[in-house]
Amino acid sequence: MAFKEYRLGAAMVGGALGLSMTITIFMPSFDLRSAVSTKMALEKQLSAGFDIGFGYADPLLLGINRPITVDLETDPKTGAKLDPPVRAYVYKAGVPMPPNIRHPHDLGKGVQDLSESQGQISTVSGSNHSKGSQEGVVFTLALGEFNGEELTYIENASVTKGWTPDATLAAAGDKNTHLISKGKTEFVVQGCWWCHTLLPEQTQDWQAFGAPPYLGDFNGENPTAFGSDRKAPDILHVASRNSSREWMMMHFFNPRLVQVNSIMPRFDYLWGDKDAQGNTIDFDKWRAEYKEYSEGKRTYPPEVPDYAPDSEIRALIDWVLSLK
Amino acid sequence: MLFKYLSAKNEDIPPGSAAIFFGFSAIFWFVVGTGLGSFNAAKLAFPDFVTGTELFAFGHMRQVHVLAVIVGWISMAFAMTMMYMTPALGNTRMWSEKLGLWTALLWNVGLSSALLSLWIGITSGREYSDFAWPFDLVILLGVIAPLCVNVIMTIAHRRTQGIYITNWFFGACTFMVGIVLLVGNSPEYFHLTGLSEAYLTWWNAHNLLGLWITPVAAAIAYYTIPKLTGNPLYSHRIGHMHFWSIVVFYSTPASHHLMSSPLPEWLKSFASVEGVLILIPAVAFVANILLTMKGKWSMFVENIEIKFSVTGVFLAIPLNMQGGFQQTRSINWFIHGTGWIVAHAHLALLGMSTFLEIAAVYFGLQQMLKRKLYSLALANFHYWFVLIGFCTYWISMTIAGLIQGAGKIYEVPYIDVVIAEHPYMIARWVGGTMVFTGNLVWLYNMWMTARVGTLVPDGRYAHELAYER
Repeated sequence: MAFKEYRLGAAMVGGALGLSMTITIFMPSFDLRSAVSTKMALEKQLSAGFDIGFGYADPLLLGINRPITVDLETDPKTGAKLDPPVRAYVYKAGVPMPPNIRHPHDLGKGVQDLSESQGQISTVSGSNHSKGSQEGVVFTLALGEFNGEELTYIENASVTKGWTPDATLAAAGDKNTHLISKGKTEFVVQGCWWCHTLLPEQTQDWQAFGAPPYLGDFNGENPTAFGSDRKAPDILHVASRNSSREWMMMHFFNPRLVQVNSIMPRFDYLWGDKDAQGNTIDFDKWRAEYKEYSEGKRTYPPEVPDYAPDSEIRALIDWVLSLK
Repeated sequence: MLFKYLSAKNEDIPPGSAAIFFGFSAIFWFVVGTGLGSFNAAKLAFPDFVTGTELFAFGHMRQVHVLAVIVGWISMAFAMTMMYMTPALGNTRMWSEKLGLWTALLWNVGLSSALLSLWIGITSGREYSDFAWPFDLVILLGVIAPLCVNVIMTIAHRRTQGIYITNWFFGACTFMVGIVLLVGNSPEYFHLTGLSEAYLTWWNAHNLLGLWITPVAAAIAYYTIPKLTGNPLYSHRIGHMHFWSIVVFYSTPASHHLMSSPLPEWLKSFASVEGVLILIPAVAFVANILLTMKGKWSMFVENIEIKFSVTGVFLAIPLNMQGGFQQTRSINWFIHGTGWIVAHAHLALLGMSTFLEIAAVYFGLQQMLKRKLYSLALANFHYWFVLIGFCTYWISMTIAGLIQGAGKIYEVPYIDVVIAEHPYMIARWVGGTMVFTGNLVWLYNMWMTARVGTLVPDGRYAHELAYER
């Protein structure tokens, strides 16, 4: 073993790989850490909550232990009317906190300072990334000024306004409740992102699919799920183009109902067994009638069943409609 | 039948046992992976094919296809070649044949459970690292780490003086891919968020190709071509240039996968320039191998392993020309996110890399089983089905990608692009199905080789014997 070329070689491989990682990981980390959360990032973070991927709180990705987004028309504590309505993010007891409550530095300069001083986010008790708070927390967004710049920051409404999760959910009612986090879980699990990207590009995308995202639009998001293989329209701003819940329902149940040339799969299985009235959905009958329709034997396609409020499709549509 | 060696003493295990285990596992996963690919392609061509069930929805199966092919077929074929080339090049035995067998067993069990969980929807939502993080750890600690130890210890205990270029690649790449998996999956281990998560996802994906799949496939060709032709490698020095430029240039351009994201501009420009520099190892490799073939070109027709290997090297030429330039800003603007990229990815994995691995698995299994290939006719059937199937896929997806890119630039409504792509989606399905059919025949051919192939006498190579069928 007198021949030593491999020792020099091994050291050189280590040096080359180390240099490469210094340039591609260590150096960009300064740029990435300086990103200041935009309003879009804060909305996405609070509505989606902690990492959507596999985790202790939701190991099978069923959408359990996730925050709930509500629009409040009345104050949950005082009962006073709120005009315009206020969007609140409800974290019940045990729901993992959004990532930047635990790591406020990642909110970025200004947003962190305002969220801590005005928004009281450091007071979230028992804030633990996997266990969540013991009593639950309600967050809202607020506008503040930092060094002459207007910034949106996170407010711990449980402390500043005394809103509790249960009272907030009761005040909102099911009509104003949006299961956005569960919906994003469905987006990841059903593999929507293999075709629908979340990253408009700097070409005609700007006009067709909306503004490309900026630095700071992703803080606190995991997974970002940009997608790489676009076989379908980009959906980062889809609800700005089309916010019709009825259209979404028909399109998910069978995309060929609204776009005959679509190659999107049918997501009728997300309806579950029962419809909104509690009746069993007869998929075989529906498909038989649809077949007759597509063969020209019927004038109209069969009606798409109304989904149940606890169905998976409700959460998915809630999430899609949150993509402004 | 190999299971009886799992508890045997290392000295009692016949050399090559681990290579045989890995070889047949790799072919099995290749059949599974391409079968899934064909199924998925059918769904893209005919969206109502197998509909209404969650498990057979496209979004549940696409990632299973990708990871079955990468972690099952390609990586296990790599492990198979390491298990017979590394000791042969060091004129020794594998450091631990037993560890190799256990790695193969754990690899199959771990991958099966990881793919099943991915199939039912337990995922991290990160492309190319879709497995939930416990499975990432199994792959890192249970599969890559023991493979790395085994390969590096075998090289350290070699009985030759120098280290041949193939072993340089094997030793360095098994180590580097471990680092890549450790760092690339850190968003899952440490819950990194935002653009850091997106960037590390693509850092991981890029380096899996750059520091694992491309260089190890090339390393295999550095062994098979000289061994089968009997020609010495044209230049060991050019081989070293290939090795060092891979480590330096191919490990850096990760951000060219995210050209349209708000990553720092200096990083994107740096990545783009480094991406073009990948042409240096690429040209070094192709030139070195093709010059090694000098005077033995008849074997390209007569010998099935050379036929596969040289085809793989030929496919490396368009692969690298595309790869070098498609990530520059102006071209990336046109083709990013289109079927062109899908075609390019299949050119790398199903074209260049797979053809080189198929050759090495054909050659290695005959050597380790000490049996002559059962049927040349079936092997030629395999070659032509994989080649024509792949080309159909590649060309149709390239055209579809160019249509998609034009649709993107010229502001065509998206649905018109979907309509225009439809014929190419059918062609993609036909091509994928041909590859799958060829692989089924290959599995049968190798199985029959193990059962009834003519025994190769001691001291002879299988390729020195005449084909019988």
